[in-house]
Amino acid sequence: MNGLKRFKPGWGILPVFIFLMMWEIVARLNLIPGQSLFPSFFTVVMEFYYLTANKVLGHNFLSSLIRVLIGFSAGSIAGLFVGIIMGWKDVINKALNPIVSLIFPIPALGWLPLLMLWLGIGEALPIAIIFICSFFPILYNTATGIRTVDKNYIQVARTLGASDMNILTSVVIPLALPNIFTGLRLESGMAWRVVIAAEMVAIPTGIGALMMKAESLMRMDIIIVCLVVLSVMCFSFEKMFAFIEAKLTVHLR
Amino acid sequence: MPFIRLKNISKYVCHNVNLEVFDKEFLVLLGSNAAGKSTLLNIIAGLITYEGSVLFDGIPVDQLLPSKRKIGYLFQNLYLFPHLNVTSNIAYSLKIQKWPQHDVNARVEELLRMMKIKHLASRYPMKLSGGEKQRVALARALALSPKILLLDEPLSSLDVQTSKYLRMELKQLHSRLGITTIYVTHNLTEAEEIADRIAVIESGHIEQVGKPEDVFFYPESKKVADFIGTPNILDCLYCNSLGKGVMEVGCGGLPIIIPDDGNKVKKIALLPRDIYVSESKPPGPDVNRFKGIITDIDVDDSMVRLNVEAGENHLLAEMPHHIYHDMDFVVGKDVFLILKLRSIKVYRDEERRWKNL
Repeated sequence: MNGLKRFKPGWGILPVFIFLMMWEIVARLNLIPGQSLFPSFFTVVMEFYYLTANKVLGHNFLSSLIRVLIGFSAGSIAGLFVGIIMGWKDVINKALNPIVSLIFPIPALGWLPLLMLWLGIGEALPIAIIFICSFFPILYNTATGIRTVDKNYIQVARTLGASDMNILTSVVIPLALPNIFTGLRLESGMAWRVVIAAEMVAIPTGIGALMMKAESLMRMDIIIVCLVVLSVMCFSFEKMFAFIEAKLTVHLR
Repeated sequence: MPFIRLKNISKYVCHNVNLEVFDKEFLVLLGSNAAGKSTLLNIIAGLITYEGSVLFDGIPVDQLLPSKRKIGYLFQNLYLFPHLNVTSNIAYSLKIQKWPQHDVNARVEELLRMMKIKHLASRYPMKLSGGEKQRVALARALALSPKILLLDEPLSSLDVQTSKYLRMELKQLHSRLGITTIYVTHNLTEAEEIADRIAVIESGHIEQVGKPEDVFFYPESKKVADFIGTPNILDCLYCNSLGKGVMEVGCGGLPIIIPDDGNKVKKIALLPRDIYVSESKPPGPDVNRFKGIITDIDVDDSMVRLNVEAGENHLLAEMPHHIYHDMDFVVGKDVFLILKLRSIKVYRDEERRWKNL
């Protein structure tokens, strides 16, 4: 019984179902002028099937996925590392904070023209954009998380014989996890949004590039398939980090 | 030789503080808020820089890091690590010192048993009650068998019953382990119940150090007297056993009822804060309630003190400003006094010391 209860679909699915029904009805009854620009839900599903079957979607998706994984991993590892050092050592924070504060507000896509000139059009471009997109917010959240750990926990650990390194690894980082994961969770989704934008502008492969090709052929169904894939990936990445965060910080909330 | 010695310590509000704590002694540092109590503990623990010198067993420790001072410190808000369960919290210092896992397990087991928290071993701090957290934090502080234990108002957040119970346990634990202990509090009852000696600190100065009865009955300065209150001491003219475990003690025309343990009482004492004053006759049985007349009113910044003539005695009662302003007390007015039974202290010839009832 408990098992059945666990798999019972929630009420949340109902609005989605109604939305899809309305979409299908509106498209089929030609309720919108210029009906050719508004494919039905069924058409989109069929196009998803064709794109998957002939591996076009898979190939482009894989290109985007690899870029996101490399750029996001590198950006977040670097952000975590620098963020921890900045949060822990006041002198480093004082030295780097003005620079970070200046660069942090620049939107990741604002770097695109500069990076196009520096790196040229190639695989390095979207990866660098994702790196920048991930690095600064994760650094900022990590440094804030480390700095805002209650100093009394540090004092307690000192009286219990802990060295600075012990305190950092066994007390401060675990207590800063909620903040650190907020950065990781938000930026994991953001990495997908950014890679699509970079691919649309400058790269011939990937989901973004596929969308641009579909646009030039006026294939709304393909564009919608790409948007759905993008939405699912943003959602999945954010949920994955939310899940890990929930597991690791269950006793801190 | 004192086990802990503070020589000319200055930091924040504390100025040229000198204090000695003897080996295996339970010293209570008593003072109002911001008197410098916690600052002194942090100095002893080495958590803040300071001027002056701290000696443990005659050896200066000023250059030692907190981790090398071998002290156990129970902070006011305990600060159990929320991401570690009870076992890991207790084992924290042992793992830091790289004890073999087998020894860690054995020591944690011993502490869990000693603090009667074995059933909590796998719980996380979030799922513990106030009293349970207290025990876990104490076990964690004791894990490395420190020579010195510092307790910063550890029971202040607990309800009266739990606090009293834990206080008794703490005292027993101290007798058993013989750790030199400094206990910070602003609570007079706590201090009196638990201390071998009390050091009264006000505005960063140690005003008086002595046994609880010396501090309570013979305050050496006005600050101590103001903080504790000069007690009302009444000579007992007769003691009549009334049966059923109670006796009537006659003190200058006031028949005071107290528990009867078979010994005659020579004097009784009551702090001004333990005498309630009422404009109208209080409800309830007519025991330890007396009619009196106000002879003097002294209003100062912290308290209002009423001098009330009751029988042949002049009793001093005190109350906070807000209560005084709610009442209509004037010199010459008839009032009713209620003596708080639990706060009465008695002096018997046989014991030659003040004792709580």
